[in-house]
Formats: sequence, C-alpha cells, structure tokens
Amino acid sequence: MREFSYERIADPAAAAARAAEVEGAKFIAGGTNLLDLMKLEIETPVHLIDVNGSGLDKITETPEGGLRIGALVRNTTLSAHARVRRDYPVLTRALVAGASGQLRNKATTAGNLLQRTRCPYFYDTAQACNKRVPGSGCSALTEGAFSRQLGIIGTSDACIATHPSDMAVGLRTLDAVVETITPTGMTRTIHLEEFHHLPGDTPDQENALMPGEMITAVTLPAPIGGQQVYHKVRDRASYAFALVSVALIRQPDGSGRVALGGVAPKPWRSAAADAELPNGAAAVVAQLLDGARPTEENTFKIALAERTLAALLAED
Amino acid sequence: MEFNQPAGQNLFDQSRIVGKPMPRVEGPLKVSGHAKYAFERHDVVAGQLHGYPVVSTIAQGRITEIDTSAAESAPGFRGVVTALEIGEMPSPFAWNFAPLFGGDRVSHYHQAIAVVVAETFEQARAAAALVRVDYEVEEGNYDLEAAWERAREDRSEPVSRIGDFEGAFAAAEVTLDGEYRTPGHSHAMMEPHATIANWQDGKLTIWTATQMVDWIRQSLARTLEMDPENVRVDSPYIGGGFGAKLYLRADAVLAALAARKLAEPVKVALPRPMIMNNTTHRAATIQRIRIGADREGRITAIAHEAISNTLPSGRGETATAQTRAFYAGANRLIVHHTAVMHLPEANAMRAPGEASGLMALEIAMDEMAEKLEMDPVQFRIINDTQVDPESPDRPFSNRNFVQCLEHGAEVFGWAERNMTPGGRREGMWLIGHGAAGAYRGSPAMASGARIRLQPSGRLIVETDMTDIGTGSYTVIAQTAAEVMGLPVEAVDVVLGDSAFPVSAGSGGQWGGPSATAGVYAACVALRAEIATRLGVENADSLEFVDGHVRGNDLDRLLSEMAAEGEIISEDTITFGDFRRDHIVSTFGAHFVEVAVHALTGEMRVRRMLAVCDSGRILNPVTARSQVIGGMVMGVGAALMEEIAVDTHRGYFPAHDLAGYEVPVHADIPAQEVIFLDTLDPVSTPMKAKGVGELGLCGVAAAVANAAYNATGVRVRNYPMTLEKFIPGLPTA
Ligand SMILES: Cc1cc2nc3c(=O)[nH]c(=O)nc-3n(C[C@H](O)[C@H](O)[C@H](O)COP(=O)(O)OP(=O)(O)OC[C@H]3O[C@@H](n4cnc5c(N)ncnc54)[C@H](O)[C@@H]3O)c2cc1C
Ligand code: SF4
Repeated sequence: MREFSYERIADPAAAAARAAEVEGAKFIAGGTNLLDLMKLEIETPVHLIDVNGSGLDKITETPEGGLRIGALVRNTTLSAHARVRRDYPVLTRALVAGASGQLRNKATTAGNLLQRTRCPYFYDTAQACNKRVPGSGCSALTEGAFSRQLGIIGTSDACIATHPSDMAVGLRTLDAVVETITPTGMTRTIHLEEFHHLPGDTPDQENALMPGEMITAVTLPAPIGGQQVYHKVRDRASYAFALVSVALIRQPDGSGRVALGGVAPKPWRSAAADAELPNGAAAVVAQLLDGARPTEENTFKIALAERTLAALLAED
Repeated sequence: MEFNQPAGQNLFDQSRIVGKPMPRVEGPLKVSGHAKYAFERHDVVAGQLHGYPVVSTIAQGRITEIDTSAAESAPGFRGVVTALEIGEMPSPFAWNFAPLFGGDRVSHYHQAIAVVVAETFEQARAAAALVRVDYEVEEGNYDLEAAWERAREDRSEPVSRIGDFEGAFAAAEVTLDGEYRTPGHSHAMMEPHATIANWQDGKLTIWTATQMVDWIRQSLARTLEMDPENVRVDSPYIGGGFGAKLYLRADAVLAALAARKLAEPVKVALPRPMIMNNTTHRAATIQRIRIGADREGRITAIAHEAISNTLPSGRGETATAQTRAFYAGANRLIVHHTAVMHLPEANAMRAPGEASGLMALEIAMDEMAEKLEMDPVQFRIINDTQVDPESPDRPFSNRNFVQCLEHGAEVFGWAERNMTPGGRREGMWLIGHGAAGAYRGSPAMASGARIRLQPSGRLIVETDMTDIGTGSYTVIAQTAAEVMGLPVEAVDVVLGDSAFPVSAGSGGQWGGPSATAGVYAACVALRAEIATRLGVENADSLEFVDGHVRGNDLDRLLSEMAAEGEIISEDTITFGDFRRDHIVSTFGAHFVEVAVHALTGEMRVRRMLAVCDSGRILNPVTARSQVIGGMVMGVGAALMEEIAVDTHRGYFPAHDLAGYEVPVHADIPAQEVIFLDTLDPVSTPMKAKGVGELGLCGVAAAVANAAYNATGVRVRNYPMTLEKFIPGLPTA
C-alpha cells in the first residue's frame, strides 16, 4: 500500500470538486474493494476522500412512484428495505447472493457498481494486464492461461474480464438510473445500460464517470411487478462470484426481462433477447449471447446460461 | 520404553478418562483470544520489527540484479536481506525440495528472494514493493499431460509387480481400464506461516507455527550452518497445517536472516497471496487403473499407475500407495512416475498419497461393481483381505473394513437407494447415493515427554509435540491423568517448545497415537520413580487412583510424594521392529447422498456418514472433529478445490482464498461419524491409531459415485464442477 492522505467531506458537490482538484484522489465508501486493491498496489490513490458523512444514505420515494437509493445505502439495508422486497424483489435477491453478510453491511450502492473485476491476472501486479497497466497486454488471453471465470461476450482482444457485481445485474432488469454530481456542481443522470463501458481498446476505462464525478444515488422507476427472481450459479453454495447469474422478471403474459451476470464486462441484457422470452430460454440466450467469444475453458457458460434461465422459467 | 510386542491387557482397558468424550482443554483460551499464535506473540521479545517478503515473479531462471535503493529510502525502512547477498544456502532437510532462500537461481514462482524490514508492517510492505528485480528467464516444463503422454507406457521400474498382471487382466471375465485426474490442492489452512526471530549471544530463538518442532530446529540449524543446540523453537498454538507446516518454510529463514543482520528481533508472516506459490501444494495426478475380476466379483488382476508433478529430487504424490494393500487379487502392478516440473513445490498434504489415490481407486471400484452388476459395497466386501496381498505372510494388525462397510450400509439405509443411475428425481433435483472405502496407513514415530509432579499434586507434562487444532493438548492431558490417577483438571500440558523432549510431532496421522504413547512412557517412568521412593520393588503392584498411590499396604497422596520438591521423569517411546511384521492401517467407509440440479448441474451434498476403524479412540469429541474436518476437505476436493495451473507462465494464478475455493458452511450438510469399537494391540500401548487423515480418505470418491448415481454421468476428472456434467444432463 502506498502512502496516502485522507479527508472527510460531507458535501457531495465539495467532494466532487476536491476529487477533481487533487490529482490521484479517490472516493472511499465502504472500502471493501478499494482497500483490498490498495494493499496490493493495484489501486494507488494518493488521496482518499471519505464520503460516508455525506447524508447520501437514505432511500426515498420518487414522485413517479419509484425509489431513490442514496449512493451510501449499504447493501444490507437496501436488500432488507420493505419497498424493495415488495416491489423490486429481484434486487433483494441479487444483493443477498453477493459477498457475505459482513461485507454487505459495509458495501455501498455506489461502491458496488464501481467494484473492479476479479480476473486473477488483474490481481497479480507481476502479470501483464491492460486493465491495470494500459498497453501491457492481457495475460488471460495467452495460451495456457486460466480463464474459466472470465467473460464470453462484450469482451475484446484487449480484455475479457467480467464485471463481478450481482446487484448491478438485478438493477439492470429494473432499468435503474445512476445520478451523479460533477466537479462543477452539475448533476447528471446516466442509464445503467450506458454506465459500464465495454473494454474495446481501453479496458482501464470502465464507466461513464468523468474525473471527480461522484455518484449520489441510483433511482428505480415505478415498479413493474411480475415474478422477479435471481439465480446465481457458482462452484460453492455461497461466498463466491458467479460463473453465470440470471436476473429474470416475468409478467403473467410471458413477456419480461432478462439480464446475465458473470459473462460480460457489464450486466448483459438486450431488448431483442427480452422479446424472445415467450419463446423460451434457448431463444433468449441464442439472441443474448449471439456473437459470444468464449475461451475453451469458459465456453460452458453459454449452455449454463441457457440452462439457468430454463430452470427459472420452469419454476412457478 | 520400547514398544516391542503387542500390547496385552493394560490400564487403558479399564480407563476412566482415555476414550471418554471431553472438550478441548485449551478451548477457553482459544475462544477468548488468549491462545497466542506466532504472529501475535508481541510479549516474547521487545522491539519487534516487521519483515515483508519479496518474491520472484518468474517461474524459472536467474536473478541478475536486485535493486533495493528505492526501498532503502522509504519511510520506516530498517534493513533488507537479498538472496544475492546471502548466496546459496545448504538445503534445510531431505524433504524440502525447493530452495527457501539464497543464491541467484529461481526454481519456482514466488520463491522468496529478499526481505525488507521496517518499523511497521505497512512500512515494510510499502518498501518491499519498491524493490526492483531483473531476471534472466528460462523455459520451464509445466504440462503434466505432456509428461503423461511420454510416461504412460513405461513400466520399466514398477513400485511392485506381483504375479502376471497382464496375463490375468487379459484373461479376466470382467475388466475396467480407466483414467482419472486429480488437480493440485492448496492446504489453505487458516493461519499463514509466521515467525518471530531473535538472536542473543549467537543463539537463535524463533516463535513460529510448525507441525514438527525438532525438524524445524534441525533444518534451520542446517541451512544457517549452526549448531542445533543454539536454536530454540517455540510453537504452542498452530492455526492449522495439513502438511503445509511440516517443513521449514521461508518465513523462518527470512526472519532469522533479517534478525541476524539487524541485530534486532524481526517478525515475518507470509502474505496470503504468496502462500500458494511460495510454499507447498498437493501435486496434481493422472492415474490409470485397470481391474480384472471373475464373474463372482473376485479381483484377479489390479494395476494402478500414476504420474504427478514434482520439483527435481521430489517424490511426487504417491497416489498408488493404498492400492498395494487395500484389496485382494493375485496379480498386481504398481507404477509411480514423477514428472519433473518447474511449478512450486509439491509436497505432503493431509493423507499424502491415499487422498488422491482413493479419489481414483474408489471411483474405479464403483465402475467395476457396475460392470459386474454388483452392489459396490458388496464388491468391496468380497475383495477384502486380512493379509498384505503383495506378501501374504504379513497380516494386517487389525482390519475391520468389512464391518465399516456393513455397519455403514445399514445405518445409512444403503439398501433403499435407487440403483439406476439418473433414475431418481425430486422436482428439479436428481438424487444419488454413493459409497467409497477409506484406507490410510497408521505409522508411529518415537515420541518423548517429561512429567513433573508438583508439591501441589499437580502434574506438568512437557513435550515438543504440537497441537495444530487436532486436540493434542486434550488427549495428552487425558493420558497423563489416566496413568497417574489424577483428574484431567490437575494436569497442565505445555507443548511445542524445543526445550522439551522431542516428540513425534504432527503429521501423517501419527501424532495422536505416538505422542500419547510417549506421555504414557514418561508417566510409567514417574510411577517407577515413586515406587522406588516408596521402597516398592514392583511398580506395577501400586495403584494410582484418585490422587493417591496405593498398594503394598501403603496409601499416600501423590502430592505428599513431591512435598520435598518436584519429581521429574522423562522417557521416550520407541517402536520396535515387530510392528513392521504387520500392516498397521486405518479403515473406513463413506456414504453420501447428493442432489444435482437436473439443468444447471449444481451439486449439493445432502447427507454424509463415515464409519471409522481407527483402533482405540482416545477422545470421541476431538476425533470426531478431525473426521468431520476431513469430510469437509473431501467435499472440497470433490466439488471445487483446484489450484489451477497457468501452463504458459508456470504458476498458480488464482493464489488467494477468493480464487482457491474451499467449502463454506452452506456446502456441508449433516455429518454423521461412527467409530467402530476396535483395538489395535500392534499399534501402540494404548492400542490406538491415527484418525486425522482417515476422515479425508475416500470422501471425494463417495461424492463422485453419488453424483454418477444421481445423473448417470461418470466424471473421472476432479473437481466435479458443473460443466463436466452439463453435456449429459436432461434438457428439461
Ligand atoms: C471477499 C469478497 C467477496 C465478494 N463477493 C461479491 C459477490 O459475490 N458479488 C458482488 O456483487 N460483490 C462481491 N464483492 C464485492 C463487494 O460487493 C464490493 O466490494 C462492494 O460492493 C464495494 O462497495 P464499497 O462501498 O465497499 O466500495 P469501496 O471499496 O469504498 O469503493 C469502490 C470503488 O468505488 C468508488 N466509489 C465509492 N463510492 C463512490 C461514489 N459515491 N461515487 C464515485 N465513486 C465511488 C471508490 O473510489 C472505489 O473506486 C465481494 C467483495 C469481497 C471483499
Ligand atoms: S482479462 Fe482484462 S483484467 Fe484480465 S488480464 Fe486481461 S486485461 Fe487484465
């Protein structure tokens, strides 16, 4: 871990301004991802801006009947919120499938969206990794590499890492919107669909945030009802990242929405695939994973995605 | 005391304490945080500095330069020791196969090449990250499959060859020829390797975490080229080892060298992400098993051939070990290949040999039973042997494998299982049942102890034996209390200090039976001393009960005997050659129920039963905890554990506890353990055998067999992750 300075800033606009002003500054929320990465010198901020006192830890109703989730609402609080459980159960289910109880007590809504990949080569600073050191190469794409956990779609020749969040997959089916404040004090909204970037040639640039821009909230549109489920498939029963996860909202008429986790650099959903829902899991996944480029080790994720969705569709 | 003939009737046959359930005597210390582990021993010496290792980032080659200049100007920096300045060091021990430190050669990824010392842990870590190293990279060999291709037909140096395997196999009415793969495993014990080192007047003390105090003392002395008398090792509490702490490791060498150079105490823990490549792992294996039998199911031919990775001079994983003796059959062939590879060091991990070997053999037995259209439990029973099948005049000392199978089958409800693979479905879940046999040798090692009877009547037991979570403290206290006729509460057990008599240490499941036998020997010596003081010629004519010594018209309080000053006795149990005229082993049978999701292939173990034949069970509480821990590890081996190899770079990339998955609570169902009430008079005076490794043996195969029974998909390649089942699973 490199030396760093630390300050707390309660006002979001001031925090954003400060983050833009100090080169190499970063926000810290729960710290459950950032501190681990700092210990390994994968992240090397010179200055930390602690935003925990900023009052963004409330869940409020929006005029449209949706919810505004403050950036600092803890994953545990969010998953247990009565309205979330009643109106957005896919979110609760996705949240409790992630990490462990202790981590969820600390992890925040914004931090969760911004957590970084779990690619093993990203985690070993001795190995080439375009995401960690742009232009150094991608170790996961060489012959003999261990790539079983990594992505199969939306990836590039520069990076095949996945975004590991469960929460984001649930949010994606709910058409969530990210609200931010910029260093100049402007607010913006970014649809979750546009929030995470595909790697292309710049896998280090993971999202739509500008330098210093701070997430203030995530909003959910008015509830859409339906049966909402989340199934996370992994090698052990708990406390592991997804091989494949499926978030599903199904309406009584058979229409609905599907998003996949564990397969791509962002929660993976498309309108065309949603439209196939009445035709069953094979049709949805064929559409959703069209153009997939798995490695030999993770090609099973295609069949697994289809089977996981089929399993959810078979449940009543 | 030499144990040179089978134990006859003795006081353990009427025991009050040994064999009775008893919670860990050190339990309260552990749960209240008062049992200090190596890294937390802040009080043993003042002014401890922190050392942080620097490790190689290539798998093979030479270090050309280590530049420490940036580190040296980092805040808090106090010193650095590099491999280049130290030069090649003598190998610490015959069973250390990787150099721990010193010289310019890199023989595996994350080999320790420097240690940076600073005032705080954070400063040491930050400074260590500033060390720049240049290498000359060399090609290495990292591909076990390729090695197997070359070795597969080579039988020129078999471990053993009995009768005419090829002829009998060709003539057999029913045959099986299967290939099985087990991946490398990481010990992943809770406590990282850690050492505090301090030098004073040319003498070195280390406070460390080790399974084998005297091995570490000797090894450290050898590699530092000093007299072992000048090395003291102290390791009273160890947070798990599973074999990872059998041998000297880099933490101790780095701490010792840094403390010497700085002339100040230094502590070093191996950071978790370094442990998996820096230390040892269980080697991967590829195993071929051929079995031939007659229609009645009697094995006529059995061959087990295996290959595993090792560094040069290593032994590999002896996965064929159990097959030499587990099942009958006149014609036999055992071949063990080692593939010299430049991966990190392959070495012992819990039940080395048998754990991997049974993962394959016990699937093969299941497959063979199916070919014979026999109950796999029955097939094993038919092929039981009471003598060494390689040399039939050598009997097993005590083998109750058939009872394990029969009793287990009855308790588990084996007869009610569905016998058509894939034939039982509950909703989305396919239900299956599987069984496997367990076999693990039960060696014994010389073990010493010192007993000090205090004027207060309390007893102090001192031995360099270790308790790696196994229950040594407790069974030793029970043994001493039993022999001296005292309550357990009157016994203080002090372990893990090289100032104490050399014990068997903890490994190979020899620790419990050997160390208690050593304590027994020392207590017998104390009884003899007391007899002498009482003027009684035959110590056996005295009875030690309720804190009294009685007999020969005498009745004295033990405390009275020591009123003038403590009485000290010391002895070492040694094991005579007669033991080798037998095979001394432990046996078990595992029964497992699994549910496999019909679509996704996710697997949940629903029920587990182990029946164990391990001689006298010294304490059913601690023994059970060993067995259920082994069963958990077996579930891990079956379902998820794999230290995946990057065959291009020659290392284990997923080298932390997020990447290397072991079971969580949610993976483990109700576990039932039954100990057969057996006694093995050939094993030790207490007729006890090991149990700590038996609990793991065969478990993974039982899960694999249950998964086959559930799905009809036979997977021969561990771990049994879902992608291996998916192609054969139903589509709805
Ligand atoms: C052992 C382990 C297992 C895990 N398993 C799972 C799992 O199964 N599924 C899963 O989804 N997650 C898992 N996680 C990840 C966990 O969900 C994240 O660590 C957590 O959500 C991050 O939230 P945080 O508040 O702690 O973020 P921090 O660590 O504080 O921050 C993360 C990043 O977000 C930035 N940031 C924080 N707040 C803001 C803001 N308001 N605006 C802009 N930037 C901000 C920080 O600068 C940093 O870059 C696991 C984590 C661990 C350690
Ligand atoms: S896949 Fe991405 S994160 Fe992994 S090594 Fe390649 S560039 Fe780095």
